[in-house]
Amino acid sequence: MNMLNITVDPRKVPEVAFERSPGYWQTVGGRLLRDKVAMGAALVVLGLLVLAVFGPMLAPADPYKASMLSRLKPIGFEGHPLGTDELGRDLLSRLMVGTRLSLFMGITPVVCAFFLGSLIGIVAGFAGGPLNTALMRTIDVFYAFPSVLLAIALSGALGAGITNSLISLTVVFIPPIARVAESVTTQIRGRDFVEAARASGAGAFTIVRVHVLGNVLGPIFVYATSLIAVSMILASGLSFLGLGVKPPEPEWGLMLNTLRTAIYTQPAIAALPGVMIFVTSIAFNLLSDGLRSAMEIKS
Amino acid sequence: MSSASTLLEVRGLVKHFPLKKDMLGRGGGVVRAVDGVDFTVRAGETLGVVGESGCGKSTTARLLMNLIAPDRGDIIFDGAAVGGRDLSLKAFRRQAQMVFQDSYASLNPRLTIEDSIAFAPQVHGLPYQQAVERARDLLARVGLEPRRFAERYPHELSGGQRQRVNIARALALQPRLVILDEAVSALDKSVEAQVLNLLLDLKDEFGLTYVFISHDLNVVRYMSDRVMVMYLGQVVEVGEAEALFEAPRHPYTRALLSSIPSMDPDRRTEVPPLAGDPPNPINPPSGCRFHTRCSQAQPVCAQRVPTLTTGGGSHPVACLMFEPGSGHTAAPASVPAASLATEGA
Amino acid sequence: MIAFLLRRLLYTLPIMLGVALVCFSLVHLAPGDPLVSVLPPDASAELQQQMRLIYGFDRPLPEQFAGWIWRTLQGDLGTSIATNRPVTAEVFKAMVNTLRLAVLATLIGFVLGSLFGFVAGYFQNSWVDKAASFTAVLGVSVPHYWLGMVLVIIFSSLLMWLPASGAGPGGSDQWVWNWAHIQHMVLPALTMSVIPMGIIARTVRALVAEILAQEFVVGLRAKGLTDLGVFLHVVKNAAPTALAVMGLQLGYLLGGSILIETVFAWPGTGFLLNSAIFQRDLPLLQGTILVLALFFVLLNLVVDVVQTMLDPRIARS
Repeated sequence: MNMLNITVDPRKVPEVAFERSPGYWQTVGGRLLRDKVAMGAALVVLGLLVLAVFGPMLAPADPYKASMLSRLKPIGFEGHPLGTDELGRDLLSRLMVGTRLSLFMGITPVVCAFFLGSLIGIVAGFAGGPLNTALMRTIDVFYAFPSVLLAIALSGALGAGITNSLISLTVVFIPPIARVAESVTTQIRGRDFVEAARASGAGAFTIVRVHVLGNVLGPIFVYATSLIAVSMILASGLSFLGLGVKPPEPEWGLMLNTLRTAIYTQPAIAALPGVMIFVTSIAFNLLSDGLRSAMEIKS
Repeated sequence: MSSASTLLEVRGLVKHFPLKKDMLGRGGGVVRAVDGVDFTVRAGETLGVVGESGCGKSTTARLLMNLIAPDRGDIIFDGAAVGGRDLSLKAFRRQAQMVFQDSYASLNPRLTIEDSIAFAPQVHGLPYQQAVERARDLLARVGLEPRRFAERYPHELSGGQRQRVNIARALALQPRLVILDEAVSALDKSVEAQVLNLLLDLKDEFGLTYVFISHDLNVVRYMSDRVMVMYLGQVVEVGEAEALFEAPRHPYTRALLSSIPSMDPDRRTEVPPLAGDPPNPINPPSGCRFHTRCSQAQPVCAQRVPTLTTGGGSHPVACLMFEPGSGHTAAPASVPAASLATEGA
Repeated sequence: MIAFLLRRLLYTLPIMLGVALVCFSLVHLAPGDPLVSVLPPDASAELQQQMRLIYGFDRPLPEQFAGWIWRTLQGDLGTSIATNRPVTAEVFKAMVNTLRLAVLATLIGFVLGSLFGFVAGYFQNSWVDKAASFTAVLGVSVPHYWLGMVLVIIFSSLLMWLPASGAGPGGSDQWVWNWAHIQHMVLPALTMSVIPMGIIARTVRALVAEILAQEFVVGLRAKGLTDLGVFLHVVKNAAPTALAVMGLQLGYLLGGSILIETVFAWPGTGFLLNSAIFQRDLPLLQGTILVLALFFVLLNLVVDVVQTMLDPRIARS
């Protein structure tokens, strides 16, 4: 059958819907929804986010209210289902309200690093040449530090506090994200469809916007999500060392620090904030793994 | 000599790629991918370009489209120098487009087919709605029903269908020249035949000019009006397709053509036509680059670089055997300069 | 080969210089007079001037940097403000302690991780795989300083099998490889080994699965190669990458030991870092960070070189 003799003029055909296929993200989303483990993790994350937003309203008691008489009461004590901390504050309430700050300290640096790191990496990857070398070598210097060391060094130098910790953690996460961004962008840049776009006379910005970003942000995003758990542990670690959040704010890492002395008297209570960090970390890791699996399978 | 119907003229095109040394200090040197190429393309014809891998045909294609910047040389399109005062690069790209070999890699996996095709017109100012309409129109013309294909993604199409899309994409800017770089090489034979016929039909319908690059000699013979043979970055022979295939002059062309398997049991190939592997474009042989594999090579061939001359025959060839006074025993005697013709039209 | 080594070393030099620059800048990061971080605010003007001269805060920055680099190359990292002892000596003493712990932890992590990873990759997608993989995820997700606390609670407080902190009788200065000392290492090393275990398990699992899926392995099996043969083949192919990851994990442990050493009061570099931060002991802080970072860079270099030597394919990239 000679195709050209039987042309279909779309203007003469009644408006039947064009055959569509699910877009890329819809396919990924579908696969993700079928992944039970990832969905379980997603539920946990959702629950944590709810706590983060509504914690103060849902908490049974005032997380700041101290009582010298009720210090370190055990789990199941009257009025305090999870006991009290070293200053007599209700532990359950502090854990719940602490979700906000802990999640904030963990997620924000990764978000900021995602934007900044992607910007640096994509520019370096697309431009190539001397600009690439200059940018990536600078990134390499920071990448040469072990993350924990860099975070602590920066925090130690800047001083304690929420803002300083956020800054130092963001700086810690920019290099790995930038490297992934540069690597992926360089791969895409060499593909024929980018050459074809250049051959059609498009300028650099247009090519990046239309052809590069759509193909590159996905993998970078998935990589970034795998960093959230690490960020949470690092952020609470900073607070644990006294470099992050300052008392009396409820934050899980800080709580671990202040409850350390109680490990001999009330070990269960002393361990509880760490359980929250652990659970959150597992949930984000499983979710990130699920996302990566969903994106990996090619049709 | 350029006539009014010359669409593309290429003079002295040179491109060398410097090689980086690897971690152990090996490597270095220069790949002389394209080393002094001249040719013309007449409006409305199909110029076939053949040669082995590494002969520089794909690099030439990319140089023509300015996807790689040439080291030296002029590219003149319709009388105006590309990138010069009268013809900006962007304007040139409206008139010359390219179809690549890998049909899947040529399409953005995240864009629908119609968006891929509509991209170039939008770059040149066409509003989105009209660009999409043009895309759908072109899809129909390359034989893909818009209703079925326009909003699909590349991975859902077969290789042949994708290549049709690539052709539609190349036509979206209504170019005059289309460069086809091994455009059908990756397709199954039956699909290849369909796409080739499509290309011929489109050429008539739109009045296109093709540069058709391939390593498949049969396909080139079918498609081309004139054929250019390349070897190690240089042109060794140029001529009308039938003439070249019936009576090849350059030893390399003869060897290439005799390597085409024949269906005739009486025409067996006894001796392999070409000896040895193609030498390295990093260190090409001195003098005539083919002399290391040529059955007719003589000592002078290693010393003297042949130029493209007609030398009394039907079409230009770069071989000392046809160059008067070259020193090769088979060369005709030296003739007065007046009757020497260089650079056949 | 020598040329290759020199080339790699040369490539690393600018990075080491950059690392030194970052370390140097840390002091000047905090807003205000850097002197404030070195002296209490009510120190006499005379003392302040003295300190200014010693640290060269009155000279232009590049000069300070150059001076600091010069002194460092000669092995002089300054004097600790808190203890008045030379920083270099303190750092290296602490380094030895941390190395003891980190090497043990890495070995444990490598052995256990390889075991889990291998089993998971070999029996891919079976329940064994899922269990082992889940354990690996746990290993990677756990906040290790919390795990340390938990282990102390269980093994020191409740069971009283192992000590909770310190480096043994006589401290780390008189280290002897006897149980009295080694028992102090058990808990911290175990805690430290968990994250490397998780990462190595994941890596090995992916490697093993990939190798087994290669077509020529199927071919080997078809030729009648026994399971032991396949096993050895897998080990041979997975080893270089696994060892490389192990090397890197050792580096991370060295740099990131501060949290665990704080929990266990283990007198290593991390502990030193901790006290340096809180006592605002700037020379000690700078010196420790510099040594740790440079060590990490050199370790990466060694891992890189060894990996290249073992795998001829990588040499060409």
